[in-house]
Amino acid sequence: MRVSGRTEAGNPVLRLTGITKQFGALKANDGISLSLGRGEVVALLGENGAGKTTLMNILFGHYVADAGRVEAFGEALPPGDPRAALSAGIGMVHQHFTLAGQMSVLDNIALGTQPLFSLRFDRSGAKAKILKLAGDFGLDVDPDALVQSLSVGERQRVEILKALYRDARILILDEPTAVLTPQETDALFATLKKLVDEGLSVIFISHKLHEVMAVADRVVVLRAGRMAGEVAVADTDRHQLATMMVGQEIAPPDIAPAVPGPALLSLRGVHAAGQGGGPALHGIDLDLRGGEITGLAGVSGNGQAALAALIAGTASPSAGQIVIKDATVTRWSPREALAHGIGRIPEDRHATGMIDDMSVAENVISETYRSARFSRHGFLDWGAARAFAEAIIAAYDVKCPSPDARVRLLSGGNMQKLILGRALDGAPSVILANQPTRGLDVGAVSYVHARLLDARARGAAILLISEDLDEVLALSDRVVVMSKGRLSSPSARGERSLAEIGQLMAGHGFEGTAHAA
Amino acid sequence: MLDALEILFTATFWAAAIRIASPLIFATLGELICERAGVLNLGIEGIMTAGAFAGWFAVWSGADLWTGVLVAALAGAAFGLLHGFLTVPLGLSQHVTGIGITLLASSLTYFTYRVALPKVSSPPKIEAFQPVAIPVLSDIPVLGPALFNQTPLTYLAFVMAGLVGWLLYRTPAGLALRAVGENPAAVEAQGISVTAVRMGAVMAGSALMAIGGAFLTMSAFNSFFFEMVNGRGWIAIALVVFGSWRPGKALLGAILFAAFDAYQLRLQQVAGGLVPYQVFLMMPYILSILALILVARRATYPKALMIPYQKGER
Repeated sequence: MRVSGRTEAGNPVLRLTGITKQFGALKANDGISLSLGRGEVVALLGENGAGKTTLMNILFGHYVADAGRVEAFGEALPPGDPRAALSAGIGMVHQHFTLAGQMSVLDNIALGTQPLFSLRFDRSGAKAKILKLAGDFGLDVDPDALVQSLSVGERQRVEILKALYRDARILILDEPTAVLTPQETDALFATLKKLVDEGLSVIFISHKLHEVMAVADRVVVLRAGRMAGEVAVADTDRHQLATMMVGQEIAPPDIAPAVPGPALLSLRGVHAAGQGGGPALHGIDLDLRGGEITGLAGVSGNGQAALAALIAGTASPSAGQIVIKDATVTRWSPREALAHGIGRIPEDRHATGMIDDMSVAENVISETYRSARFSRHGFLDWGAARAFAEAIIAAYDVKCPSPDARVRLLSGGNMQKLILGRALDGAPSVILANQPTRGLDVGAVSYVHARLLDARARGAAILLISEDLDEVLALSDRVVVMSKGRLSSPSARGERSLAEIGQLMAGHGFEGTAHAA
Repeated sequence: MLDALEILFTATFWAAAIRIASPLIFATLGELICERAGVLNLGIEGIMTAGAFAGWFAVWSGADLWTGVLVAALAGAAFGLLHGFLTVPLGLSQHVTGIGITLLASSLTYFTYRVALPKVSSPPKIEAFQPVAIPVLSDIPVLGPALFNQTPLTYLAFVMAGLVGWLLYRTPAGLALRAVGENPAAVEAQGISVTAVRMGAVMAGSALMAIGGAFLTMSAFNSFFFEMVNGRGWIAIALVVFGSWRPGKALLGAILFAAFDAYQLRLQQVAGGLVPYQVFLMMPYILSILALILVARRATYPKALMIPYQKGER
């Protein structure tokens, strides 16, 4: 679907020139220039960490650039002033929404749009304007609903309405599809088309090639903070864009057909409480078979956290059974999970994966420090711990100064390699890989994938949970879909179409949950 | 036993309850404004002490009563400025800073008192606010004398509760204040300065706390004593939670607590020979803890309370 075909000549509505920004040793943006015409959609394409979000935060005044200038409609924007960007007609939809959950949609949208010290808040006028905008652009949402009661797709509509309410002429969307189902993505693209028809201009930030090809007129590619190229969509193809984005040709992983063994871990009719604001689990049946990667697709916040906690041992079922190698588990805790040979790659490296301010050696023995290998008569054997850390550093190619270095100093990719080393060290029979590549660069992603495929080859059962649907589909031998705490039946690689998976992600077509109408 | 119940139906009991509630209402509203903006203000106890002294001292030095109230508010706002500066732009721990402010404000007040009045043995008295009977309304049986024969500062406390509620829920500034306590990033993204809103809220809230303190020296009593705030600031912090961060409920909470307090004072007279008086002194606090357990467990607190906001942080 092409959103706009026209690229008007004449003065650009937005021009960024020579933007440079340094964070410590990292040059997040290095001399980046970009222009945007009226009614044009420009895609900003790049890997995680390429500098896309930094660039947009500079444009919007959240960061101050070290060098370079920003002009909107021919006028220079003062740096570091979100108010100036807003009044110049620039609206931004952040990747992480900036909404107050316990307040209504109307309050969130109208916040800051009326003189702060007026005696009255014009609620009815605000409501009328919101309803009109919502009708014009197909952004259906109830102005009086509390934001915390909305779905992710609806929250995104609120963010777009926030920008339109302030008469934005330039809309910046930061990874807008990362949290959407394929159907919601289509609805978003339809809205963008209406916006462009009205003469608005859009910057669309993404790392997904097919979306960029579908939605943009022109593509600016960033790589490691620098401009890697600029090209009209009509003159390019996905292959060329991929090469520009990554800097080299990346071969997709060569995956041999799975040779599934017996189920190593099974969930039978499991119910469990929700985690992290997600829904509770309802009657989950799942077999994780040896020598096979089971991929879990789903919009985040649909019970994945609860399922992961269950398998990692940090939560217990309220009903149903966990069966490991044909034996029903009676006691369940993180320690039991480790004792049963479950290797865990947690979702959030910083929150639950590693203790950032402790050393590499301390972190790698954190699951096994009680074993005879690392402690004797109640005293830690630091020699053994350091040797183990050195072994992981060598085997997993971790770039770090020494086993005594604090983990905080490591990059995300190196931290993830440490976690991988710790999780895979004892040749676990079951591996929980929860968002194993989130925020990693291309090289680190393919490294993690290769290690998971190695584990599969030696017969481990792997559960891959990822927000990145492309990753799930590429790696998994079987796919299950989670929605509202329920799990779909598994389908073999390629058995369900993308549209069918999207339907399931949106909560349609689950057995035993047939709705009237 | 009958005597103990009859107390509840006397006008003097309710008049006392309303009087005792007044400083708590000011203090609770002040703390509520701070917390709604995301800043816990444990400086409250010291700020009330400073307000009690500043207002009284201004009047003793020759100012009229309302100027005294203004001086107290300004003293409170000054300590609010300090607390806000340390916790908002500098992002220091709100607990530690607040306790520091309480110690600083109390000590500085006592020091100033000693320096200003080095020779006095008993604290000098001022001509405090006198009760003003509101015509017609004060003639209603029981309710009239209780509610409508109070000092102007008590009336101001009730007006303030309405004013704060109206400000928070009916004005754009109140919307910004509530939003900054829920998600400061949402406020920044709408082009409003988080620092300005939080600083303003802490200063305004601290000014109200100081007026609560001034009530003690300028309305309840007519001179300044050491330790006269006597934990009322800490009670106000509990009352904010009890009131689920809502002005109306906080007002009711303050009156309820004050009623317990007034009741125990009278029970001491009725049943003082039977039970040690310390038991009665404990009663309002025990009942508050019980009420807190019942009410506050369901409360939804401001999501960004006690979380410093640093602009442009990765």
